[in-house]
This record gives sequence, structure tokens and C-alpha cells, in this order.
Amino acid sequence: MTLIAVIAIFVLAVFVGLEVIAKVPQTLHTPLMSATNAIHGVILVGSMIVLGAARDTPTLVLGTVATVFAVLNVVGGFVVTDRMLEMFKRRPKPSEREGKS
Amino acid sequence: MNDLIEVAYLATAVCFILALKLMNSPKTARRGNLLAAAGMALALIATFFLRDPTSGRWVLGNYEWMAGAFVFGTVAGVWSARRVQMTAMPQMVALFNGLGGGAVALVALIEAMQVGGMGHRDMVQAVTTVLSLFIGAISFSGSLIAFAKLQELMTGRPITYFGQKVVNLLLLAGCIALMILLCAGPYSLPLFLTLLGASLAIGILFVLPIGGADMPVVISLLNSFTGCAAGLAGFVLGNTALLIGGGLVGASGLILTLEMCKAMNRSLENVVFGAFGSAPSGASSTASALQGSVRSYSVEDAAIIFASAESVVIVPGYGMAVAQAQHVVKELADRLTAKGIDVKYAIHPVAGRMPGHMNVLLAEADVPYDQLFDLEEINPMFVETDVALVIGANDVVNPAARYDKASPIYGMPILDVDKARTVIVCKRGMSPGFAGIENELFLQPNTIMVFGNAKQTIAKLSSAAESL
Repeated sequence: MTLIAVIAIFVLAVFVGLEVIAKVPQTLHTPLMSATNAIHGVILVGSMIVLGAARDTPTLVLGTVATVFAVLNVVGGFVVTDRMLEMFKRRPKPSEREGKS
Repeated sequence: MNDLIEVAYLATAVCFILALKLMNSPKTARRGNLLAAAGMALALIATFFLRDPTSGRWVLGNYEWMAGAFVFGTVAGVWSARRVQMTAMPQMVALFNGLGGGAVALVALIEAMQVGGMGHRDMVQAVTTVLSLFIGAISFSGSLIAFAKLQELMTGRPITYFGQKVVNLLLLAGCIALMILLCAGPYSLPLFLTLLGASLAIGILFVLPIGGADMPVVISLLNSFTGCAAGLAGFVLGNTALLIGGGLVGASGLILTLEMCKAMNRSLENVVFGAFGSAPSGASSTASALQGSVRSYSVEDAAIIFASAESVVIVPGYGMAVAQAQHVVKELADRLTAKGIDVKYAIHPVAGRMPGHMNVLLAEADVPYDQLFDLEEINPMFVETDVALVIGANDVVNPAARYDKASPIYGMPILDVDKARTVIVCKRGMSPGFAGIENELFLQPNTIMVFGNAKQTIAKLSSAAESL
């Protein structure tokens, strides 16, 4: 990829981020923070690449640590967000009231 | 094959964008989160198929290490995410964020070690590598301090010392000098490690002087930092998924941070450098003045007030969260509703330790979200409210914010509970709130204090209300 294309992608992503978030209601700020937190766990892709290409022990160890961190970030982030959002419900109609586990 | 992988990364990015879009409404938010997770899974699977464009060999190897990391990370991640109390959510997010930042810093470090070893590198790579190392490390250590403060492993009060700003500035200048040296000069591992150490120190020193009440803003800011750092790592590795994902989070985190500052009517500079809540000067004198005129009621006496009420507004705060009282609050609300009383919840944007924290807790107790009202909606209604029931909230209902220019929370929009006919405040004691300031609301003639643990008090109130 040419440098300018890479910069363009990044800048556009920033603007999309600004645009898409501006409308989120306060109610959802905590889950949103948690979800974006999980999304930056996409660094996992990066840590997989460096770990996968590691040739010596130091990089192997560091890469493994980075991957563990990133997996925790991704998995923990999404699970915790899902747990929060699962609880957001409308006023239940008497007919469709479902039991909560 | 690599073209196909690029397409997969693009699809991942689209998933992320649509996911954030779906997060705009509570109805679709859960689907949004699942979509983001699906997008992430796609990117991870695609990465396994990457091939070196020149040799055509698989890029990834060391599968046994990777498998170990994945298994351990997944088990630990799921376990901690399932186990954490909703009350402790802010520190959980801080912790996960810190780990993400740490991962970015490590990826940058390894990339530097490998590229440095091979001897070929270009300027853009060098600059983005040192920057992602720098920002990722700040995010890592800063988040861990934020975690420690919220988890009360250390004091939540701001830690300040003489010459703090000078030290921080010197350290920052040192880091910038190191980064320039690393980009312009020859590769040097010791220099990289020095930069890593200095960046970690900056992260720690930057969060230490910030009070616990401001931690949510800090976490959100560090979240944005990690996003930016991940985006920069995308530059280093030429990876679209990282670029777009990181850019999105960097931007959205910043917006969220500024929104929170706006809700507290403070600037970001003030939050970060203000050492808010460090000096409760003069607080002791007002505290003694407060003692005399407080009207303390028993639970039974307080319950009688509900008998003549037609409308009740419940104002939850962190005290409700600490006592895990959201379920009994919901029970009380149900009983009052059954008696024909109109019940609403008033949610201050910064009630609790995180914006929207109360919404999450009440949702956990099955309170439908259309009963929750935010500040602008509910404030005009307090004049016509019979009872405002304040449960473990303090600073967000302190009338001093409206007029007392000396008060640290002056100018913060507050819930106008003092305008209700009667205010019932459930509180453990007369101790000041998280911001460390006294509250004159407790003195007002229409205020009744009910002291005790929020859960027990509300449970008793609830059974007393039943027999009215």
C-alpha cells in the first residue's frame, strides 16, 4: 500500500468514528466505552503477525505475552459488553415476560 | 489469497462501523456488540492465511505458542468478564484497556527488534513504531493505576507533590528527544527500552494526580489512546483492520471523553491537570455547622411520607451501587407503583463511577429503560414531585454547584432534587462525597435523612411501604 493510501484510510476511519459516536445516548455510554475497548483489541491481529513470525526466544516470549494481553482485551471486552447489554430491556409486556437466568 | 484477506479485513472494518452505529439505541446495541465480535473473529481467521508475498510461505508459525496464548487468554477473559460485579465495571474496562495498550507497546517493540535486526527500515515505519510504543505504554501503565485507584488498592485521592508538573514535562521532553533520536539515528535496543520505561513512567505519573471521581474520564481518554496506538501499529504492519479499528476507537473515545467533561461542566485540561478533590479546604468547618440542623428520620417515619405522595423520583448514586441495592430499589418502586404512585428514575450523567453506570445497574435489576430520565428531562419535573428519594448520591444533587463559586463542583449541572416537596436522602453517614465536599442539601428544611446501608434501608422502606 502506498503511504498516502494508508493515511487516507486512517483519517477517514477517524472521521467515521467521530460521526457514528456523536449520537449515542448517555444510557449506553458505559457499554459503548466497553465495546470500543474490545474493538481496539484488534491489535491481536498485529500480535499474531509478530508472534507468528518470531524467530528467537525473546521475541517469541514477548509475542506470546502480547497475544495473551490482546486475547484478554478482545474476549473479556466483548463478553463484558454483552453481559451489560443483555440487561437493557424495555418495559416488558405481560404476555412476553421472559424469565431471567 | 492475500487479496481475499484484505477483503476480509475490510469486511471487519465495516462490521465495526455498523456495530458502533447499532450502539446508538438500547434496542439494537446488543446486536451491535455481537456484530463487532463477529467482525473480530473474521479478521483473526483471515490472519491465519496470510502468506509472505515474495516467498509465498505462511506468515504465521509458532502455532503451539499461539494456541497456548489463545487458550489462556480466552479462559481468563471469559472467567473474569463473567465473574465481575456490575459495580466493578469501570475498573474491569480499565484493566482490559490497559492490556490492549500493553499489547500495542509489545508489538511495536518486537517489530522494532525484528526490523532493526534486519537493518532495513523507512522513516514512516520508524516514526509510527516509536509512537505506538510510546502511546501504548502510557495507556498500559496509566490504565493499571486507574484500575488500582478504582479497585481501592491505593488511595482514590489525587497524589500531588512539589514540582510535579515540571517532572512530568521533563519526562515528556525526554521521551520526545528519545523518539527523535530513534527515528533519525541508528537502531538501538537499549534506547528503545529506555523509551519504553520512560513512557510507562509518564503513564503512571499522569494518572496519579487525578482523583477517583475523574477516573471514568481518564479511562475513556486512555481508551482513545489505545485506539490511536493500535491504528499506528496498523501503519507499522500495513494492516487495514488495525488502521480502521484503531482509528475508529481513537476518535470515538475522544468524543466520549469530551462528552463526559461536558456533563461535569469542566474542561479536559481541568480534569487531567486540576488535581480535583485534593484539598477539601474549609470542609471541616462547614461539617460542624451541618450537624445541628440535620433531620434524621427512622425508616418507618420516612415510609409514612409515601402514603400521601403521588409522584416519586428516585435518584440513585454510587452508594446504591456499593450496597448492591438496585434490586430492592426496583422492589420498592414496584410496590409504590402498585399503590398508584408514579415512579421515575433520575439519572445524572456522571452518577456512579462511569457515565451510564446507573443505567447498567438498574437494567441489571430489570428496571425498564424508559422509566429512566436524564438530567434535562427530569429537572423541570422536580417542582411537581412529591418525594425525591436520593439513594447514595451526593455531589450530583449538591445545590452549591448552582451558585457557590468557591465550590469545586461549581457550574456542574445537578439534579434539582431540592425543588421537590420532600427530599428523602438515604446515606451511610454524613461523610462527604467522592469529590470531597460537603452538601447543604442535607440541611434544608424539606430534607429528611435516613442513615444506614442503602440496601437494608430500602428493603425496610419497601416493606414499610407495603403495609401503608
